[in-house]
Amino acid sequence: MSRDSAVHAEGLVKHFGDVKALDGIDLTVERGQVVGLLGPNGAGKTTTVRILSTLLKPTAGVAYVAGHDVVKQPDDVRHAIGLTGQYAAVDEYLTGRENLRMFGELYHLSPKYVKERSVELLDWFDLTDAADRPARTYSGGMRRRLDLAASLIAKPSILFLDEPTTGLDPRSRLGMWGVIQSLVDEGTTVLLTTQYLEEADQLAQDIVVIDHGHVIAHGTADVLKDQIGGDRIEIAVTDVSRLARAVELLRPIGTGEAVIDETRILMPVSGGSTVLVDAVRVLDSEGIEVSDIVLRRPTLDDVFLSLTGHVAEEEVAAPAKGRGRGRKEPKA
Amino acid sequence: MSTLAVSRPQLRSRPLWGWTLNDGFIVARRNLIQTVRVPELLFFSLVQPVIFVLLFAYVFGGAIPIPGEAAADAYRQYLMPGIFGQTVAFAAASSTVGLAEDLHKGIIDRFRALPMSPPAVLLGRTFADATRQILVLVVLSITGYLVGWRINNGLFNAIWAYALLLLFAYTVAWVGAWVGLYMPNPETANTAGLIWLFPLTFLSNCFVPINSLPGVLQTFAAWNPISALVLSCRELFGNPTGIQPDYWPLHHSELYTLLSCTVLIALFATLAVRRYTRATSR
Repeated sequence: MSRDSAVHAEGLVKHFGDVKALDGIDLTVERGQVVGLLGPNGAGKTTTVRILSTLLKPTAGVAYVAGHDVVKQPDDVRHAIGLTGQYAAVDEYLTGRENLRMFGELYHLSPKYVKERSVELLDWFDLTDAADRPARTYSGGMRRRLDLAASLIAKPSILFLDEPTTGLDPRSRLGMWGVIQSLVDEGTTVLLTTQYLEEADQLAQDIVVIDHGHVIAHGTADVLKDQIGGDRIEIAVTDVSRLARAVELLRPIGTGEAVIDETRILMPVSGGSTVLVDAVRVLDSEGIEVSDIVLRRPTLDDVFLSLTGHVAEEEVAAPAKGRGRGRKEPKA
Repeated sequence: MSTLAVSRPQLRSRPLWGWTLNDGFIVARRNLIQTVRVPELLFFSLVQPVIFVLLFAYVFGGAIPIPGEAAADAYRQYLMPGIFGQTVAFAAASSTVGLAEDLHKGIIDRFRALPMSPPAVLLGRTFADATRQILVLVVLSITGYLVGWRINNGLFNAIWAYALLLLFAYTVAWVGAWVGLYMPNPETANTAGLIWLFPLTFLSNCFVPINSLPGVLQTFAAWNPISALVLSCRELFGNPTGIQPDYWPLHHSELYTLLSCTVLIALFATLAVRRYTRATSR
């Protein structure tokens, strides 16, 4: 049955010298499903995708993509997949149309098909007007769209997207989400990696959380949220020096450990809106003034926090890719 | 807008070597388009050897005597094949830097995830880099003509000399490709990746007769393939050759050029393709 799945990996291990990038990853993506691989920088997301897309050989473990062994039948796998890496891997000097033509021809598709498909993709990705300009004149968002278009030229049934929206502005990100959603609606299987919890929540039916080369949780967004239980209360106090005391006072109200995230207190609770009243009351009893208080459903951030003990590391500086000759920073 | 009408593609069938040539051609076309799209890069790659011709001809020319040649312009006649040889050797530079750039930008990752023939990216790259040298040789030959260099041994021999130069360009392009696949980024490729080219081109008979070199250096220069190439060109163009020290490659310069190019291509193509199938952008 494992070979019927679009992607099936068992016990993937990858060592780079002494560094254990992957330490036994199991992963299954059923046909037509979107699975989000979620984790901070250096968790092993990219390494996993590189093994599944035949770029790296695993140190141990097996993986089948479209029913083919990634190590023994790499060419069969390559015919079935499209890959979009972290940075727009298009030729800067070729025009958008020439890029699509080159990649299409390298898939060994007929020139007539490549030509028609290019027109279609350029139109779909809103690149028709820019089609005959060199890609180096494109904006970051346009390059990423061209990059995705290039990986769709052969209509792959399985698409690997490695951080497809890293470094994009919010508007381009929404556009990219829309594109991915419509691919999924057409039946494409998607494995996407992301460090944006919101992205996994939006796009993926199934989420695999990895950290330090291990799968630490797996399930739908709702399952993961239920797994850590109840609602969250988030409180900010006016006098930050009294945060610690506030946590002490709040402890009896919570259903789990309270954490301080910079200037806010975050605590799992149950019992609906009455806990808001209780919280304000206990704090008020010692004169701690509340500047903000909310009750909300847990987000994937909370999931991540409770699973790993640390907040998912958002990239501090967006990589300067997509414009000019951006440079890739070595990853931790 | 999401419905894509074009029907699923049919894969064409062809023998493996056919695909390798097909894919190599596609990559070569891509690399040659780059040349046309960045004319300033092409322009400056032509300016450098032209400056070399002028510097050596007019600055060093008078100070370097060619053994056995009395004529006043002997050095300029002697120099041009050396400049040709040195210039085509730098074909390796664009292979090194180009591949380091492709690797760094993730384009190699994309190529490697395609069902294309693995050697094709390198075949295309080296072929394009050698092809570009045709234009360089044309410009250099015109410059040479202007400073007094002449082809004195007939058209056929001259064409053969140019062919050997292009073969050598193709050979060093493979060495350059192999080096480029080890470079962590294009900046390093541009400096560290090119260092070997300086001893290769200067420890040779490109600019000075090697009679004057001390023991070990003379042996190195004599066995340096570029010396045999340049000597062959001097003979084929009918330019002064100086007097050769007694080494086998210098007595059989054309044969040694062909042999060394064949061996080096076989060696470095094997190494480079092997490296390529493992290279990833990090």
